[in-house]
Amino acid sequence: MKVSRRRFILSSALVGGGILIGYSATRPSKHRLANNELAKNGEHYVTSFIKIDPDNQVTIYVPHAEMGQGVHTSLAMMAADELDANWEMINIEQAPATDLFANGDLVKGFAGEAGVPGFLMGLVNVSATKIAEIGNLQITGGSSSVRFTGDIAMRTAGAAARQMLIECAAQRWNVPVDECTASMSYVQHNISGQSLSYGDLVSDAALLEPTTEPTLKDRSQFNIMGKAISRNDIPAKVDGTAPYGLDYHCEGMLYAAIRMAPVFGTKLVSVDASAALSRRGVKRVVELEDSVAVVADSYWRAKEALKLVKAEFETSENDSISSADIAARFDAELASSNGKEDFEQGNADDYIASAADTIEASYRVPYLSHAPMEPMNCTVHFHDGKADLWTSTQDALGIRGRVAKIGGLSENDVTHHFSYVGGGFGRRLPFTWNVIDHATLIAKEFDVPVKTVLSREDDMQQDYYRPAVHSNFKAGFDSYGNVLAWHNRFTGPIQVAGAAFIPYAIENQSIRVVDGETHVPIAAWRSVDHSQQTFFTESFVDEIAHRAGVNPYQFRMNLLQHHPRHRKVLEVAAKAAGYGQNLPEGHALGLAVQESFGSICAEVAEVSIDDDGQPIVHKVTAAIDCGWAVNPDTVEAQVESGIIFGLTAALYGEITIENGRVVQNNFPDYEMVRMADAPEIEVHIVESGEALGGLGEPATPPIAAAVTNGLYILTGQRVRDLPIRKHDFSKPASLAAV
Amino acid sequence: MAKFKVNGVEHELDIEPEMPLLWAIRDELGMTGTKFGCGIASCGACTVHVNGSAVRSCVLPVSAIEGQNITTIEGLAFAAAGADSGTATNSAPDISAVQQAWIDHQVPQCGYCQSGMIMAVSSFLANNPNPSDADIDAGITNVCRCGSYPRIRKAIHSLAIA
Repeated sequence: MKVSRRRFILSSALVGGGILIGYSATRPSKHRLANNELAKNGEHYVTSFIKIDPDNQVTIYVPHAEMGQGVHTSLAMMAADELDANWEMINIEQAPATDLFANGDLVKGFAGEAGVPGFLMGLVNVSATKIAEIGNLQITGGSSSVRFTGDIAMRTAGAAARQMLIECAAQRWNVPVDECTASMSYVQHNISGQSLSYGDLVSDAALLEPTTEPTLKDRSQFNIMGKAISRNDIPAKVDGTAPYGLDYHCEGMLYAAIRMAPVFGTKLVSVDASAALSRRGVKRVVELEDSVAVVADSYWRAKEALKLVKAEFETSENDSISSADIAARFDAELASSNGKEDFEQGNADDYIASAADTIEASYRVPYLSHAPMEPMNCTVHFHDGKADLWTSTQDALGIRGRVAKIGGLSENDVTHHFSYVGGGFGRRLPFTWNVIDHATLIAKEFDVPVKTVLSREDDMQQDYYRPAVHSNFKAGFDSYGNVLAWHNRFTGPIQVAGAAFIPYAIENQSIRVVDGETHVPIAAWRSVDHSQQTFFTESFVDEIAHRAGVNPYQFRMNLLQHHPRHRKVLEVAAKAAGYGQNLPEGHALGLAVQESFGSICAEVAEVSIDDDGQPIVHKVTAAIDCGWAVNPDTVEAQVESGIIFGLTAALYGEITIENGRVVQNNFPDYEMVRMADAPEIEVHIVESGEALGGLGEPATPPIAAAVTNGLYILTGQRVRDLPIRKHDFSKPASLAAV
Repeated sequence: MAKFKVNGVEHELDIEPEMPLLWAIRDELGMTGTKFGCGIASCGACTVHVNGSAVRSCVLPVSAIEGQNITTIEGLAFAAAGADSGTATNSAPDISAVQQAWIDHQVPQCGYCQSGMIMAVSSFLANNPNPSDADIDAGITNVCRCGSYPRIRKAIHSLAIA
């Protein structure tokens, strides 16, 4: 595959006669800085992301957070394969949080005209302008690492480096370049039997003019990509040595426990801290605009003392708001407003008014918390006009900038120290700043490191939530039972464009969004809008199929004539799940399919009802077309993970609001799928060979509808609001006809 | 003074008797392999062994473990080999069979819950060396937000001794 990426291959002369060749969409001047900052002792950067030292050791810097998605390994595989490096000799390191490794520009460079790519828009509920203001991003989100950074920057960097090393060897041997080959970190000239290691060549390579058009491999030439390679982060995660943000520890450090305004957006009025201040280990009580914190020499002491602090927060007009009020407001908005266009085709309103048959349904989902296993935390150490920072984040560079801004320092005076991320799911993206801001302000009052920790209760009640959404549908049939109109109105905001679109060939469509703003803060939650929209659309399509008297699988296949990739994953998943064959007594299969973040995922859930009327999900069979698989084991793991995450939300997930504040506060009332609920999962990777798709999110959207569609077949009961546990299946309404 | 052994090493700490063991381990001893997850013994991220049995350390006051032997993830390999890390020999393995199975099955994702998960499974398998799926469902109740459960199940079965 010949790619023209000339403008992204850059070179600059270095003091001492060296040359730096890099792949980047950032300014060339940055590469000079990168080399000065990171290359030591005769090491040279052949690209921005790859370092080869004279001992033939290759180090690959990955500019993304490792939060379990295996991205350190996958991205290194992409660079190493194109480089023809020896995988056993690869070091993988996370790139430092400096603007040399910003990826905002990189992603923008490939995002087309708009300047800000859709997935970044979807990360948070903010305007494009606000994102543009940030400037430097080092984001891990939008299921984007492999398909953008990996496929664009890592592969190109590896290929450019390899080509230059070959050229260098050819010059040294005085033979034509095309007689030389590279493999396992060596260049060979097979005719003469000569061979040189990359380490032997790297000094000379630094003197060459840069390759202008690196040639990427065809898939048939891959040696590393496409193989199930063990993740490099796993050994440290089984022996307790993997560092997470919460794990920073040093002698003399302090800890802060914090109580934030329980009603979002209100301020602290007064504090009586006398009882807390007399407790052992307590250093200070810090009052912030919207919260009060106790700082002590242990987190437990801080937390215990905080219980003794009396704090009054201002009252607000939101103090009486409950989930029921919000639901009533959404319904009123849907009843009174025609909203803004999301997608229009034909004339759905007119068709439905004159249709031979119509069907209507109203769906809703509640707010959801992210609840990553590692509670939110941030340690900041202000000293000598600088600050050190430890926090698990999906955007180290953005966090660095935020701490600098809040702490009154320049960005370059703040150092973010690497850690693994104990679960992100959107909670650790930009703009979900609350713990970061608080930790910075608290730490600023001390000259030792101060670790601010949100307890599980704090985190669940002070999150930025997956929005609660209502969605109303109508469909119209002709006299032959063909569906010819799709009418959908839902509450916003839209965080990811197109999530409510359907792949089905229905002639007339009207999809519009009405206002769904409340005082509850929202943000991206794994798969963002797809998590709720797929439940809505794939449920309503199922309703239409049953009304039309066609089995839901065949109905979808019939209307997916323009979407062969959707058809394929649906076919693979259905076949593997035994769709249409005999199932155990009392079992049924439900299915759903959705495209998100460039991948298409179909899921078939095998369900039954237990003696207490509770649903059991026995098995989920998934088929995913992510273009092709860089690391097939990671692909499977992400599909398993996405399904369990979505299943937790479908079965249990519900954040409710009473008196303006969140009711739930820990796992007992925000329950998780655990081992006993976890279904067997079978994953089929469908390699269409199309462009790489994302993997962190696309398996989450289909599972809710797959389960509820199965429950409908089993019980005749249609679940139109989540979570499923609110429904009683002990008395089957009637058995569905299909 | 609270006195107890962690991974074979005797500790004497001037701390409140009601301080949960988790915070004594993390903030007083600076050993961070044992994780804080929920603080109410619901999720199991803080699981350690007291005299070989899994307990959730976030609600266990140090007064309740006076003089007892605590094993954390850092000392599991030694403990599983029957060794005492305080008198570690060269023959002690780097990781236990459970930890190796976790690598073989590529179990962890974010990995944050896995210290506790591995401690829970190690204790569970010691008491039930050949568990059924129903045994696993009942015996392993820790939370993994990344959903590594299918791989945990496979890893446990691979360790079964018939």
